Amino acid sequence: MRIILNGKPIESSALTAFALRTADEVVILNGFQLAEDRPLCAGDQVVRIRKGIMPGKDELEAMMSARHTPGVHSQMKAGRVAIAGLGGLGSHIAVMLTRMGVGALLLVDFDVVEPSNLNRQHYTLSHLATPKTEALKSQLVEINPFIEIQTQAIKITAENAREVFAGYPIVVEAFDSPTSKADLINALLPTGDTKIVAASGLAGFDSANNIRTRRRFSNLYLVGDLESEAREGMGLMAPRVSVCAGHQANMVIRLLMGLDSE
Amino acid sequence: MRVNGQDIHLGETCTLQAFLLREGYVLDRVAVELDGAIVPKSAFETVVLKECDQLEIVSFVGGG
Repeated sequence: MRIILNGKPIESSALTAFALRTADEVVILNGFQLAEDRPLCAGDQVVRIRKGIMPGKDELEAMMSARHTPGVHSQMKAGRVAIAGLGGLGSHIAVMLTRMGVGALLLVDFDVVEPSNLNRQHYTLSHLATPKTEALKSQLVEINPFIEIQTQAIKITAENAREVFAGYPIVVEAFDSPTSKADLINALLPTGDTKIVAASGLAGFDSANNIRTRRRFSNLYLVGDLESEAREGMGLMAPRVSVCAGHQANMVIRLLMGLDSE
Repeated sequence: MRVNGQDIHLGETCTLQAFLLREGYVLDRVAVELDGAIVPKSAFETVVLKECDQLEIVSFVGGG
């Protein structure tokens, strides 16, 4: 029968998944790592991985996406997503979209990494004083070398936003300042068909359950509790910021899978 | 008029900008959709609201 083994279509005479492996290999069948043997069906996606061995580049990409739900990887690969702001939200969203294998990312931020970023942003001490675009890209290429990453170390304004994000049908709003958030939405939404996944209300340590994804306007998705503003007495911290980033990244994935409901 | 899914009585005729300020919104933190179309900021002062309008207002708070 025809199956896909480590990303390549093959004709297989094996009747079960474990018949394809040697004893020291992990087998992942249609996105699920097997503890017990399973019968094979035509069209199955099987990945066998020998632990402790660096695979060739031709097999690596199939292995890296082996735990995705079948059919997701090709949709991700075709995706083009821009991330506006690489702070607590944007840095984590970029990491998640990289792990998903989104084919082309544009990372935009004008700032450098500084110590107060480390309580919630995806950077380390070695990145201090480095532009966030560079610091993040250097991590992303270590996570997934199969995606195209563009960077722009500039400040987004109402005037340059449309030009910077041209060619990216999905833009993630991940700024800190509320006026920058509103300016981006007001610059991109009136023309064209850009979809924006934005955030509002994620400071403090109120219940994480209050952070939700809502569809507002036809092309605007808004994540957050809508109220918890970063201000004196209300800090921004890793858990709620990461919850919000997870919501935004998942909404991007849903859009790339052709789903437009929240 | 319907605002963010709720019916409200507009009262006397007013511009979008006057309405937003009356309702306590900060103008440079909002995006507004009127009857399904985004209203450019430059038009806030000139758009006059009607009782039959459907208004969606998104107001941002800081943090990211």
